[in-house]
Amino acid sequence: MVVNKLKFKLNRLTLVGVMAIVATTIGVSVSSVKSQSPALIKIDGSSTVYPISAAVAEEFQRARRNAIRVTVGISGTGGGFKKFCRGETDISNASRPILAEELQACRAAGVQFIELPVAYDALTVVVNPQNNWATNMTVPELKKMWEPTAQGSITKWNQVRQGWPDAPLKLFGAGADSGTFDYFTEAIVGKSKSSRGDYTASEDDNVLVQGVSRDRNALGYFGYAYYEANKARLKAVAINGVLPSRQAVENGSYKPLSRPIFIYVNAKSAQRNEVRDFVNFYISNAPRLVPVVRYVPLPAQVYRIATSHFQNRKLGTVFAGDAPVGLTIQQLLQREASQ
Amino acid sequence: MSGDNLQEIRKLIARKNVWDRIFAAIGLLSMLVGIVTLLALIIDLCSDGLPRLSWQFLTSFPSYKPEQAGILSAWVGTTLVMLLTAIAAIPLGVAAAIYLEEYAQKNWIADLIEINVTNLAGVPSIIYGLLALGLFVYKLNLGESIMAAGLTLALLILPIVIVTTRESIRAIPNIIREAAYALGASKWQMIWDHVLPYSIGGIMTGVIVGLSRAIGETAPIITIGALTFIAFLPDSPIKNEFPYISFSWLMSPFTVMPIQMFNWVSSPEPEFQVNAAAAGIVLILMTLAMNSLAIYLRYRFRKNIKW
Repeated sequence: MVVNKLKFKLNRLTLVGVMAIVATTIGVSVSSVKSQSPALIKIDGSSTVYPISAAVAEEFQRARRNAIRVTVGISGTGGGFKKFCRGETDISNASRPILAEELQACRAAGVQFIELPVAYDALTVVVNPQNNWATNMTVPELKKMWEPTAQGSITKWNQVRQGWPDAPLKLFGAGADSGTFDYFTEAIVGKSKSSRGDYTASEDDNVLVQGVSRDRNALGYFGYAYYEANKARLKAVAINGVLPSRQAVENGSYKPLSRPIFIYVNAKSAQRNEVRDFVNFYISNAPRLVPVVRYVPLPAQVYRIATSHFQNRKLGTVFAGDAPVGLTIQQLLQREASQ
Repeated sequence: MSGDNLQEIRKLIARKNVWDRIFAAIGLLSMLVGIVTLLALIIDLCSDGLPRLSWQFLTSFPSYKPEQAGILSAWVGTTLVMLLTAIAAIPLGVAAAIYLEEYAQKNWIADLIEINVTNLAGVPSIIYGLLALGLFVYKLNLGESIMAAGLTLALLILPIVIVTTRESIRAIPNIIREAAYALGASKWQMIWDHVLPYSIGGIMTGVIVGLSRAIGETAPIITIGALTFIAFLPDSPIKNEFPYISFSWLMSPFTVMPIQMFNWVSSPEPEFQVNAAAAGIVLILMTLAMNSLAIYLRYRFRKNIKW
């Protein structure tokens, strides 16, 4: 009994002691947290641009021997801009140019930025390898297939073009929350977010790959990277006679489904040494890393212009808040160079 | 007359026995559905992921090259977040349950609290994420840190811990309490020396269920801004200068296993799917390790109880 009591008291004493030690160390160490952590660069935004930024971040940290830390999140282009315009991130990944309302939010918060194109993406329309009829399609045919009025009425392949088989048309496409969906509907139907609803929608492109590769009568669309990684199971459809490829994107013949993708750098962050270092590293390594993660790199000339934009701190966007469709690299170049 | 009767009774018993067996078979079948599905899933996961599991996989950061990628930042992040969740949720949950069971007066306010706690256990996790985004990340200015994530998941499992702790406290016969009082124990002594040790089994079960739920949560963690690519570890909690212990890891950015897995599953290269399966195996092992620790503790505590 006595022993027990003693033990209990001892326990209580140690408990109080431990708590006191913990409290003091928290007090002492929390104050010194901020001064000690190494430089941190925060990137967030589009999942389309994510593979490029993550690859660059990885190489950059290795090259700088982990003296600088880089984090990359996926909040989507819109979610990324929300954080960016509140000044929470240094760099925002974007699969489309900044929109008017996002520009306004940035301006209201006093956030200025430098817009840098980093690569091209080609949305790819794919069918099953056993599909031997749909090798080439036109934009009006795709529109007929995907516009809202097609819902429930265009259900067979021969309704799209005469001579195609009397087989059911199974459609697979991006979910309504993705930038890919916005861009595809804008480019094909003519109005952003305007699409038929009776198709298999998924935010996860691998689900679409699976779906199309298992159904002879299927047609789907997603980013070029997913097509290239699954070439054995899928067949790309030529748009207006042009198959998606690096060359076709570079010479501007793959229209209107190719689009530039960007990073936006906070101008205030760009004054920090590590951010300047990182962005220069990004642009100079993009030609090497962009193809590795299966995107189309820009011509050297565009990267040169981007470098000079960054060095001269050219603020703002060349798109003035609208997202143009089917912008070729040449047109992008003209826009970038003209200002 | 009596022979007839006996035969009828025998028939009746035989009939009931048949029903008995049918019911046992249905019960067995229901159990098998769950177990076979689980086994199939785990076997599938293992056949995909086991070849990829290696020391290199556990000690490497994520990479765009599938064969070099690893889960170091993810498993360290998950471990730290779970640690913080346990530290925050267990004392709070147990204390709340003790108050509600032993101290609070039974009136309509207690009823109201009881209903609310039970309902909270069923609230979708994304709601907790939104609450945490507003409260922890912005109001308390914790940022997108391990601290914010640990507290969020603690909130998430708090109702589970409270409800199960209350159940197990309620299961302790009142004579134990009265016996303690009879020997002159104060209320607090009665609770600390008798009620708590005897109900520890039930409490541990609640903690297991809660933590197992928390370790797989993605939605609230993404909401508060866990990162997808992070190639460094939080600062070490031990330093070689005064005061030797550092808590800066609490404010460090992080990622967790489910997010890393999700990221790999949705990437185009099939090699990354293998990585995701391997990460899944590690996540299951982590859950099992956590649970076996709790089961061991429960066993130790129970051994010391002699009624």
